[in-house]
Amino acid sequence: MQRRAFLKGGLALGCSAAAMPLISHATFAAVPGDARLIVVILRGAMDGLDVLRPAGARELALLRPGLAADDGLALDNFYQLHPRLGGLMPLWQAGELGFVQAVSTPYRDRRSHFDGQDLLEAGTATDAPPALRRQGWLNRLLQTMPGAHGQTAFSVGHDSMPVLSGPAATAGWAPETDLQVGVQGRRLLAALYAADPGFAEAGAAALSLSEILEPVTGEGATGHLAQIDGFARFAADRLRADTRIVALSLAGWDTHAAQAQAMRRPLARLERLILTLRAELGGLWGQTAFLAMTEFGRTVRENGSAGTDHGTGGVMMTAGGALRGGQVLGDWPGLDDSALYAGRDLMPTADLRAYAGQALHGLFGVPRGVIERQVFPGIDMAAGQGLLR
Amino acid sequence: MTQGDTILAIRFGFGWRAGQVPAAWPGGQLDGPDTMERRYPGPDTASLLSRHRHLVQRRRAAGPDDPESDAIRRALVHDDTAAVQRMIARALDSPAPYRERLVHFWADHFALRAMPRILRPAVSAFGDETIRPHVTGHFRDMLRAAILHPMMLRYLDQPRSVGPNSPAGRRRGLGLNENLAREVLELHTLGAQGPYDQQDVHQLAGLMTGMIVDADGRTAFAEARAEPGSFVVLGRRYGGSGQPRLADIEAVLDDLAAHPHTARHLAHKLAVHFVADTPPAALVDDLAALWQASEGDLRAVSAALASHPLARSDRLVKARKPLDFLIAGLAALNVTAPEVMRWRQGMVRRVVLHPLIGMGQPWQEPRGPDGWPEGFDAWITPQGLATRIDWAMTAPPRLRRRLPDARAFVDQALGPLADDHLRRLVAGAENQAEGVGLLLAAPAFNRR
Repeated sequence: MQRRAFLKGGLALGCSAAAMPLISHATFAAVPGDARLIVVILRGAMDGLDVLRPAGARELALLRPGLAADDGLALDNFYQLHPRLGGLMPLWQAGELGFVQAVSTPYRDRRSHFDGQDLLEAGTATDAPPALRRQGWLNRLLQTMPGAHGQTAFSVGHDSMPVLSGPAATAGWAPETDLQVGVQGRRLLAALYAADPGFAEAGAAALSLSEILEPVTGEGATGHLAQIDGFARFAADRLRADTRIVALSLAGWDTHAAQAQAMRRPLARLERLILTLRAELGGLWGQTAFLAMTEFGRTVRENGSAGTDHGTGGVMMTAGGALRGGQVLGDWPGLDDSALYAGRDLMPTADLRAYAGQALHGLFGVPRGVIERQVFPGIDMAAGQGLLR
Repeated sequence: MTQGDTILAIRFGFGWRAGQVPAAWPGGQLDGPDTMERRYPGPDTASLLSRHRHLVQRRRAAGPDDPESDAIRRALVHDDTAAVQRMIARALDSPAPYRERLVHFWADHFALRAMPRILRPAVSAFGDETIRPHVTGHFRDMLRAAILHPMMLRYLDQPRSVGPNSPAGRRRGLGLNENLAREVLELHTLGAQGPYDQQDVHQLAGLMTGMIVDADGRTAFAEARAEPGSFVVLGRRYGGSGQPRLADIEAVLDDLAAHPHTARHLAHKLAVHFVADTPPAALVDDLAALWQASEGDLRAVSAALASHPLARSDRLVKARKPLDFLIAGLAALNVTAPEVMRWRQGMVRRVVLHPLIGMGQPWQEPRGPDGWPEGFDAWITPQGLATRIDWAMTAPPRLRRRLPDARAFVDQALGPLADDHLRRLVAGAENQAEGVGLLLAAPAFNRR
């Protein structure tokens, strides 16, 4: 506990640099700005129409007789929030929670989770060259940031995060990682790894990270929420130090059957993540942008097993003081038969990359041209207005 | 044991087991029959799929809190941990570790995931049904078995692919899904550099329509969903005999198996997996030539790989993947197959499943159909290495009431590959557990 508390202070950075061979002192001088960005990939295709319910659309009750049966929490005259996200209502009221409706990536028709997530994380068009599609858009962002270093961006948890992968160095750690080795053992391990060039860098980083980062668990919480608390506390610790970008994923959104039941856990985890991050970040929450995005939406009609199937247009959720919340952005396409995509899905009316691009522009001052050419090649950011304060 | 023997035992096996005498040259291990599947048998795919179907129906009928649904679910989870135990027991018990490594290699070549995850034991059944019987046979037979297997069809969306001009397609406005066709060309046979284009993918997808998974969990051919007509793949025409047939799909798979680009692609992949991330070109050339001449005789090609002079470098330049690292660690600790089979679920989770997640190779869950990465840097990461260290320090005391003397353990696990530096460091450990852990965490034990 002491080591962790120590690290939280500003002084700790200079001290820990000696134990972190990956980071030279020079890179500490140029931390890229004060804004913080948290990107959450919601794996499995979150049902945007269930989370952000267009209760004012008269078709909704007919299309989703079971799913829309319980009352949501009114956000405005048209939209309701899923009743299991009640803990987020104070954020909505404070302008710290927002949504972008009817967005998608350029991915269409095949509705495969893997391909959809790959494209979401690559941030490219579907016909981009394979080499570009193997890079994540957060990695391309890092490549444009002066002063970015190996810990500017951190992935949290065990899930691999293609959104961060690419030539720019990033860091990754699972908060619960524990290394039960004494001082002498660490010394011997350090000597072992230093002697093998293939292991030198990863070995030194493993030893220093595990020494500095005490295993973070969610004290007080139980089960799956404890893990979320661990993620949030670890992320907040990093963001208080020299990290500016955190990426992680939450799975469990693929609700083909018994959706009302199946949504409980992922919603509880999402809500907990946002609330714990807000509490842990304290004053930094005001300069933080939280973006939660998913590979595609789900069918507008409830299916035969009280769930929904893979769709197209979906919802992006935003939080944090750096973005303008308390509003639902995006053009609402309607649920009329003729307004649907392929007769079954919510019609996407904007590319979610345009909104993400706006966030990057506002947070880190990355010029629009750079975002449109390099980070999200070919995107037109004019389509993503309204997100910034 | 000489240094050369030890290198081969690591490169083509799981390293030394305590007290083991050097087995036959790795290539010679492939001459006899496979004895491990019969000794450690598992459930078949059809029975697993049918139990899962029952679970889905039951849940639908009885709602969320139903004891019978819970019992089926628990049994499937148990089958999954049992599959982990079986896989480890086979690796530890086999007189032919090279054969087990090859089974792992080819199962990864035809990587798939269970959807939903509760069907994970069926991924193990897939390996037993499609990979293991053919691992020393002909690639052609393995390709047919793997591609036409219900788990592969399900994973790559084939049952959703319907000929748009078939009776079912016309009636319900359904169409092609190119997922399986694309991966067959790109991953399973010709390779991404192969001589095919989008038109070939499209034509192959049309030809492959009609394959479904029936209610008994078996692959079936539904003529009403098959696109009528003939299809041209790589310049050769298939089908058009009047009625769509499974035989046309088998014919195109056979031709793809025999294609020179397939020989080249898979010779290269074998060399990358067993020898080096960037293997010697002459080694790949020789294997590809033998593959072509032997018409994909996997026993001949695998034996030639293990006895090739260019595969005998005394430098271990690859990283042991997490699963192989765990098996090698268990073997070095002299954990036996019967012991592994007696483990309780909690032990399997603590000693295998959880560590695999931290090391970056969650059990049976590769990210995509391209399987696990091969590169050294994909595995020797700070997080991955930290988890290896943690396993090295904490698993042995859990598995062994009495740990071996750390200094003797160095000889047992690495023999002539342990240098003085490593011996000195291990001898300097505070206690036996830390000494054993140091050796298991050492670069020398994590390379192959």
